[in-house]
Amino acid sequence: MANAIATTHDEVHEEHEHIVLPQHRHHFETEEQQREAGSFGMWLFLLTEIMFFGGMFFAYLLYRNWYYPAFVAASNQLNVPMGTANTAILITSGFFMALGVWAAEVRKKNLLVWMLVFTTLFGCAFLGVKYFEYKEKYELHHIPGSSFSTAMFTNPDNYAETKGRPALAPDMAEKTQIFFFLYFAMTGMHALHMIIGIVLLFWLTWRAHRGEFSAGYVAPIENFGLYWHFVDIVWLFLFPLLYLINRHPIH
Amino acid sequence: MAHEVSHDQAHDPLNVTNPEHGEHHIVSPLQYCYVYGALLLGTLITVFAAKQDLPGVLNPVVALAIACTKAVVVILFFMHVKYQSRLIKLTVGAGFFTFIVLITMTLLDYISRAWGMW
Repeated sequence: MANAIATTHDEVHEEHEHIVLPQHRHHFETEEQQREAGSFGMWLFLLTEIMFFGGMFFAYLLYRNWYYPAFVAASNQLNVPMGTANTAILITSGFFMALGVWAAEVRKKNLLVWMLVFTTLFGCAFLGVKYFEYKEKYELHHIPGSSFSTAMFTNPDNYAETKGRPALAPDMAEKTQIFFFLYFAMTGMHALHMIIGIVLLFWLTWRAHRGEFSAGYVAPIENFGLYWHFVDIVWLFLFPLLYLINRHPIH
Repeated sequence: MAHEVSHDQAHDPLNVTNPEHGEHHIVSPLQYCYVYGALLLGTLITVFAAKQDLPGVLNPVVALAIACTKAVVVILFFMHVKYQSRLIKLTVGAGFFTFIVLITMTLLDYISRAWGMW
């Protein structure tokens, strides 16, 4: 009996090559399996995020169809140069994140730390631009709520920014509030994801600095990279939908 | 020992015989540079296209087509899906497919309730 157990035990050892690394959890056969399970889990989380943002994108699609003139008027008030700059900033941040994943994979510790620092800096720059955009909306009374003003849309000729644009009837002008509500909900949730990401980046940069990800264990960097790129993708859709597609309304 | 292929023996990039053990493919920095350039170019094109008065509903269609292309490039290369196992590819595909089904079914409901009023 004791003999039989010993034989089985030997066979198991022949079959699986056990890599003993501190990050390798015992319930995974191999490190690759652990890594695969990790990315699978991360992707499942990202799919729930697609559904979360998807609901807001759908609301935007529907309300844009219902209150088209209001959405056109309100969307034309957004700042395209700032939006374009922010798109470039976010793509740059994602590029440094991708390089960071590479640096971790080829075990270059200092390069990884620098790439994470640049990712963070460009992420903060994005939020900085966003702050100035929100500030502009605040000054124009375009934040939904009790101080919201439709004056710019009912009397566009009174304002330098909207001179010559068609005036909206008061009831349709009220619906611009729905556009701005969706604008703040969508860009606000996106910005919240960025803030969470930046907090995680501080933590990961610290751990990378201690050399935790430059000895073959890259899963946290890789999976955070997936999250950061996902947040990029959300913005790649927010930018054209909110800023660009209403510049030439159908007459 | 009835196993034909052991876990670490086979070179199996698509993980057909051994789906839980994906190879770790490293995307090169040069490839990331190309992707970065393509994404910046896409941004310039989409802003330029938005300034043109395209016929009919073409403006939003072009903008969304460019956004989808950029998103696919990010997913394939920055997010490494091109080099992942079939399990991951299927997961990503299934997620987007389910999302499209939800959007389509909900839109069908809104469109068909007030026919011609959209």
